[in-house]
Amino acid sequence: MADPIHLEYEVAADDYQTAGTASNSVKETLKMLGIPTAISRRAAIITYEAEMNLVIHGGGGKIVANIDEKQVELMTIDEGPGIPNVDKAVQEGFTTAGDRAREMGFGAGMGLPNIKRNADIFEIFTEVGKGTTLRTVINLQ
Amino acid sequence: MTLGDIAKVLDAKALCGEEMLESLEIDGAFASDLMSDVLAFCAPGAFLITGLTNIQIVRTAQMLDIPAVLFVRGKSPLEDTVSLAKDAGIPLILSSHNMFQTCGLLYAMGVKPTSANSAQV
Ligand SMILES: Nc1ncnc2c1ncn2[C@@H]1O[C@H](COP(=O)(O)OP(=O)(O)OP(=O)(O)O)[C@@H](O)[C@H]1O
Ligand SMILES: [Mg+2]
Repeated sequence: MADPIHLEYEVAADDYQTAGTASNSVKETLKMLGIPTAISRRAAIITYEAEMNLVIHGGGGKIVANIDEKQVELMTIDEGPGIPNVDKAVQEGFTTAGDRAREMGFGAGMGLPNIKRNADIFEIFTEVGKGTTLRTVINLQ
Repeated sequence: MTLGDIAKVLDAKALCGEEMLESLEIDGAFASDLMSDVLAFCAPGAFLITGLTNIQIVRTAQMLDIPAVLFVRGKSPLEDTVSLAKDAGIPLILSSHNMFQTCGLLYAMGVKPTSANSAQV
């Protein structure tokens, strides 16, 4: 891989139909770059869970991926409601998801724990009323 | 065994990817209606058994390279679900048995449960 790769996608709020398209595109790019399957699987889980959180909770937002020889950095940035208590939000089972998300098979309160488990670096910057940025890194070396 | 063997035991019909049934070797399975559970616990290579039929089921399968999806209770998925599966090359099959019966029949024929290997935090 010569130059670092930068990807950006807009994700719409409450759009359960196209949700996952951006994550799939990130996944395809990693595959094309020849990133090992075990790594791209972790990246796929992180991106997809984070994309669903943008759709369900964040009022939509942006997915950013930066890939170089050392790492895969995956971020979601939104200007949604923010997370009042991050410690609670990362616990398995904690959810504020509504019926719509549950009907689709989401809202088990498992997404952030899943993301954390698959990331080497896991950071949440959030402010109530302003928005949330999730930053994760998977090391390649 | 192949996905075709599984379809036969369940008397299940293919909704798409019929041409792959006989060549697709199946080892293990994972059953859930919670996509986050699938994302956390479904082992690589296992196929998915679920009672949900919306498009995000196929997205989840696509993200994890899940080789096939089996819907239970005879619940036919919507058009978009099938068309995404076609695009993604993921066969969909439909069993008229409920979740418990479906899993019981597959367990009895030797389909292995997959381990929750990625569950440790
Ligand atoms: N981008 C976000 N903006 C605002 N709140 C968020 C955001 N992401 C997560 N949250 C909050 O954190 C909670 C836990 O998120 P998590 O992804 O773990 O579970 P979930 O999305 O509710 O369910 P699941 O991920 O299992 O479908 C959410 O219910 C929500 O309250
Ligand atoms: Mg979530």
